[in-house]
Amino acid sequence: MQTLNQALFIFFAVLAVASAILMVTRRNIVHSAVFLITTLLSTAGIFLLLEAEFLFIVQIILYVGGIMVLFVFVIMLVNLDVSMRQVQFNRQWFVAGALSLVLALQFLFAIWVGRGALHLHGTDMQIAPKNTEAVADALFSHYMLPFEIASILLLVAMIGAVVMAKRRVG
Amino acid sequence: MIPVPYYLFLSLALFVIGVIGVLTRRNVIIMLMSIELILNAVNINLMVFSRMWSSVDGQVFAIFIITDAAAEAAVGLGIILAFFHNRETVLADEMDIMKW
Repeated sequence: MQTLNQALFIFFAVLAVASAILMVTRRNIVHSAVFLITTLLSTAGIFLLLEAEFLFIVQIILYVGGIMVLFVFVIMLVNLDVSMRQVQFNRQWFVAGALSLVLALQFLFAIWVGRGALHLHGTDMQIAPKNTEAVADALFSHYMLPFEIASILLLVAMIGAVVMAKRRVG
Repeated sequence: MIPVPYYLFLSLALFVIGVIGVLTRRNVIIMLMSIELILNAVNINLMVFSRMWSSVDGQVFAIFIITDAAAEAAVGLGIILAFFHNRETVLADEMDIMKW
């Protein structure tokens, strides 16, 4: 069980990082979208290792099935051939490298400061409520107001997307 | 049990790759995809801390982040489509109408 978990974690982590790197560096946008889908699916596997079954399925249905389909749809609508022949990267490598180095160091410092407290405890599956039930309980009791605000956000985004993508006549 | 820092390192790697993608690519669609990658890295963090504290609050926050990502993708791609209809380009450094 222990070694299986570790093997799965290494598999999903390597797959996620490798396809993320490929996503950022590929010339063809469709390839980038496919590699992003691979990253999102391996992240879903990581969620499953962390016993978050509800988020695992939400990740697959919403991210891979919804958002990425939207991305691929838009990629098909814009012209691929022209942008593929142009330079893919701008000249901000120094800024990007410096900024990500600083962010990485900050993150590593935070991990180093809290290293004593970072432990996973085994959950008792007999006592702990089912994951989906627990998420629903928290979502519809404690987080009722943020939930309603999120639905309003989705409504606004829907109207905004329709207005933006509408073809203007004349 | 895999130690917590391993998950955090994975999240850090995805986050940094996303930041580099946003800052160096010229294609706006790939910049949007890199933002999705960053949000995903944050979700891994929330999930591992939710598991660490045996509390589902982190997972609820992750649901809100996914909602946010969906809204952002819908509006952002709508803007990209509208811009492509007007200017025939998806490159960020050619979007300089408002540059003086």
